[in-house]
Amino acid sequence: MPQLLKLIAQRIALGVLLLLAVSVLIFMGTEILPGDVAQSILGQSATPEALANLRRDLGLNEPAVKRYFSWLWGLLHGDLGTALTNGADIASSIGSRLFNTMFLASVAALVSVPLALVLGMLAVRYRNRWPDKLISGSTLAFISLPEFFIGYLLIYFVAVKLGWFPSVATVYDSMSFTERLSAVALPATTLTLVVLAHMMRMTRAAILNVMQSAYIETAELKGLSALKIIFRHAFPNAIAPIVNVVMLNLAYLIVGVVVVEVIFVYPGMGQYLVDHVSKRDVPVVQACGLVFAAFYIFLNMAADIISIISNPRLRHPK
Amino acid sequence: MEADTALLQVRNLQIGATVYPPDAKPHDIEIVQGVSFDLPKGRVLGLIGESGAGKSTIGLASLAYGRGGVRITGGEVLLNGHNILESGKKAIRGVRGSQVCYVAQSAAAAFNPAHRLMDQVIEAAREHSGESKAVLTQRAVALFESLGLPDPQSIGDRYPHQVSGGQLQRIMTAMALCSEPDLIVFDEPTTALDVTTQIDVLAAIRNAIKQTGVAALYISHDLAVVAQIADEMMVLRNGLVVEHGTTQQIIESPAQDYTRALVNVRAIEHPQATDTQKPLLEVNHITASYPGSPEPVLRDVSVQLQPGHTLAVVGESGSGKSTLARVITGLLAPSQGSVEFNGTPLSADLAGRTRDDLRQLQMIYQMADVAMNPRQTVRTIIGRPLTFYFGLRGKDKSKRIHELLESIELGPEYADRYPAELSGGQKQRVCIARALAAKPQLIICDEVTSALDPLIADGILKLLLNLQQREQVAYLFVTHDIATVRAIADSIAVMYQGQVVRYGPKSEVLSPPFDDYTDLLLSSVPEMQVGWLDNVIANRRMESAGH
Amino acid sequence: MFYRIPLSACLGLLITALFLIAAVFAPWLAPYGLTEIVGGVWEPMSSTFLLGTDNLGRDLLSRMIYGARTTIFIAAMATLLSFTLGSVLGLLAAVIGGWFDQLLSRFVDLLMSIPTLIFALVVLSVLPGNLITLILVMGILDSTRVYRLARSVAVDINVMDFVEAARLRGEGRWWVVFREILPNALSPLVAELGLRFIFQVLFLSALSFLGLGIQPPEADWGGMVKENKDGIIFGIPAALIPAAAISILAISVNLIADWILNRTTDLKGGRSGS
Repeated sequence: MPQLLKLIAQRIALGVLLLLAVSVLIFMGTEILPGDVAQSILGQSATPEALANLRRDLGLNEPAVKRYFSWLWGLLHGDLGTALTNGADIASSIGSRLFNTMFLASVAALVSVPLALVLGMLAVRYRNRWPDKLISGSTLAFISLPEFFIGYLLIYFVAVKLGWFPSVATVYDSMSFTERLSAVALPATTLTLVVLAHMMRMTRAAILNVMQSAYIETAELKGLSALKIIFRHAFPNAIAPIVNVVMLNLAYLIVGVVVVEVIFVYPGMGQYLVDHVSKRDVPVVQACGLVFAAFYIFLNMAADIISIISNPRLRHPK
Repeated sequence: MEADTALLQVRNLQIGATVYPPDAKPHDIEIVQGVSFDLPKGRVLGLIGESGAGKSTIGLASLAYGRGGVRITGGEVLLNGHNILESGKKAIRGVRGSQVCYVAQSAAAAFNPAHRLMDQVIEAAREHSGESKAVLTQRAVALFESLGLPDPQSIGDRYPHQVSGGQLQRIMTAMALCSEPDLIVFDEPTTALDVTTQIDVLAAIRNAIKQTGVAALYISHDLAVVAQIADEMMVLRNGLVVEHGTTQQIIESPAQDYTRALVNVRAIEHPQATDTQKPLLEVNHITASYPGSPEPVLRDVSVQLQPGHTLAVVGESGSGKSTLARVITGLLAPSQGSVEFNGTPLSADLAGRTRDDLRQLQMIYQMADVAMNPRQTVRTIIGRPLTFYFGLRGKDKSKRIHELLESIELGPEYADRYPAELSGGQKQRVCIARALAAKPQLIICDEVTSALDPLIADGILKLLLNLQQREQVAYLFVTHDIATVRAIADSIAVMYQGQVVRYGPKSEVLSPPFDDYTDLLLSSVPEMQVGWLDNVIANRRMESAGH
Repeated sequence: MFYRIPLSACLGLLITALFLIAAVFAPWLAPYGLTEIVGGVWEPMSSTFLLGTDNLGRDLLSRMIYGARTTIFIAAMATLLSFTLGSVLGLLAAVIGGWFDQLLSRFVDLLMSIPTLIFALVVLSVLPGNLITLILVMGILDSTRVYRLARSVAVDINVMDFVEAARLRGEGRWWVVFREILPNALSPLVAELGLRFIFQVLFLSALSFLGLGIQPPEADWGGMVKENKDGIIFGIPAALIPAAAISILAISVNLIADWILNRTTDLKGGRSGS
């Protein structure tokens, strides 16, 4: 047990370290690269005096290291700074948008994860027969489709031609849960379709790997029923790889969400980030980038920790 | 059913599979063609054969099971008079784990890593007999005890990765016995074990069979092992029965040439060379450990090798014998000691050795298929050392390649084949040719015959001996197999836990008085003789009683 | 050794070839100019405008053909960069090992802990928006994936006995990398080349769709989706055409990559004699 705790603690420490390193990287990416924030804001035609003034106001004359630490210090206190474009507090702008994004991603995850697992198991059950071939074939097609193709196809046919759901996913605070659900139906479907095929294929591979182990043959030669073999012998060993699959795809969802929010004009983090990238509003971009990266790192860390916990060799050391 | 009906009757069994070669249409092949035998209650039948003989397939067929794409295409398997091949799925489930149980070659892989051993041992019995967990647990503990497992009360609480390979193999036997079946199929249960562990597991299995009176199919490629356990033997080759008889008859008066060859395997005679010259290789007080671990793998190892002679380095897994080979080749720098070649010290690491040092010292590996680049033809594989060391090109190189192929008994047409198009024995021959191409004075052979079937291995050993006579090359033979050592060595170093425990000319090392470990090692090697196991066990009891 | 090319791969090759021809011969094939306004806004498909017109009344087919050129050119350049950078560094890391490998691998871990699209957005928010920047950002960020694959394939091969045998023979690093490791690593890498190209096409399209890739009036397919997306809610499918073209190109290349990948596994496992 202590060995297990140590491994988990190590993994968490690594996650924190990674997040810190990522914050450095994001800061460097926006501050030290050949572009200049002040120049970006004011454009090529800005006068040198205006540039100098803005630089002083933004604190750009301070050394980069000092600026990084004051930025980091702010982050640790929940202060994400203020937007250059409208002077709004970034933390409060992110708040409601983060909730919207989480809502959309959760709906997509709640649909896609169980669906992918069931379909993946079906593919294993009917291995090398038509359901399996259909799944392999559709994977190939779906990983080649850009999010906006799926999204606009849905808008064109389901929203415009059939009129079942709104084409623009508008949400506001006073919406009821079902109204909200109806609003995100199409974006959530798009996200589901984007990750589904991939998740299915990975689930199939993970289960197949377990089902081909010698201990499954042993269970079969004990005369156990198919159900008992799957639940007692395959399942405990398949948890870790499947959780891994799910986590990796949730991480993938986070990226997909950016484009999908733009397609459906959904007021979430992705839309917010893209808007401010075009406006070259660096503090907002930094904050959003860090939030996305934090989720991504957290999901990968969670996947690793679950596979550490579910490994009997680590749970019961020699 | 009458009382004298055999427990298991196999009639004209046909087993096939579909293969999918990449450059041809999928087609069916026959793995077993018309095998028949009877196995009465309480008897043990040994199934013998080389890889591809179909012995495991027949064993699994008696559980109505086909591994991978294998299908039983014809014949009958009657268990207590019922043809289980025609039973429904549910009836077959009722047979497996209840009337017939299976013990696999690798227990380490066959146990589920996620469950405690006890739960797995009693699982089949619980499924089929309906007896309580407490009763079955008690039965399992009794079986653990009779199989000589340590801590029989608590060993079941452990997980598979917490016990050793030999113990797992015994626990798997207990798992089979726990259902109190009529028949157990043992599929090479001791093949993966070290020889000193094998003898204990073998004795435990044999006692368990005797005590419970269970019938067994014992599958192995090793005739000497089966001879200790089986009442009858059936020799198989390419899915056909070669010979079927009592163990006594098969061992002492085999009727078929193939059986005779199997019985006489490793009977190669090689007179021990004794003339002493200046040593070719001197290994002086080598101590070595792998990077990152403080524990030395080799401790103060010293051996010598005369030109044109063979030194066999024998030991079990973890004895450090392969590490010694790595130190001599320069792949691992020792922390202390030196290696001298022709009287001059060799650089400790590879980078410091001259091209001629490297040429003089060639190596042949255990797994020939990964020792050759799959993207190079035999011509490139053998030809590269010719160009690299001697600058041969064009006609001269071609001529030399053909000579080398001839010396390993392969025709010139093999020059343009890829490794994947060769058989296991042919691959190893090409590796030998690659080593010879450098005209070395010393070849290090690392378990070169371990991955091969016995008859093929014999062919390789004979070839090596012939080449030694012709080319006057010295061999350093790393092996775990005493029979190989007897066949080819001039001098022997026995290694145990990183140290040389016994070293000298073959005649001295292999004759008493022995040190404890060499005694244990030598007496554990199965001999081609009925009753050998009984004698060894009896002797060991007497000795331990005498102490 | 003769391999029949399966139907799916044939189809992939054929369609990819068509797109390539369109890209190379764009000025000769396109009926109208790239920025030429030739008709009304969002005119439907007709014999004059085979695919209709776009949001400014330009011929959509002509823009699609020029768009193929831009999309394929930039994706190919970025793939070339990511592939060369990733595979060279990956192979070197595997063969040299030690601190060189550690340093590179940890840095790649760090880069990969930020989602590629997010990192690209962060960087593009300060960099000037031109072709070179775009190719560099796309190529460098994606090279991390090629690096990981190349390194892991090479590490696997590097520990095999035949490589050790070459080292024991005294072969230099050049021979070991190019004659022993590379021929065995090539097939998975070539299949990966196809996948990376698809990823670059999709990546570029996503950036342009978000308004951060190719800037108007230049046309690439992702940008054309953005230009015409407002028509969708009025039932005008013009935006779907470039989106479909991206999908078809990606699927075609995928079919080819899949075929190469399958061929590779056949070669490795299929023909062993024992």
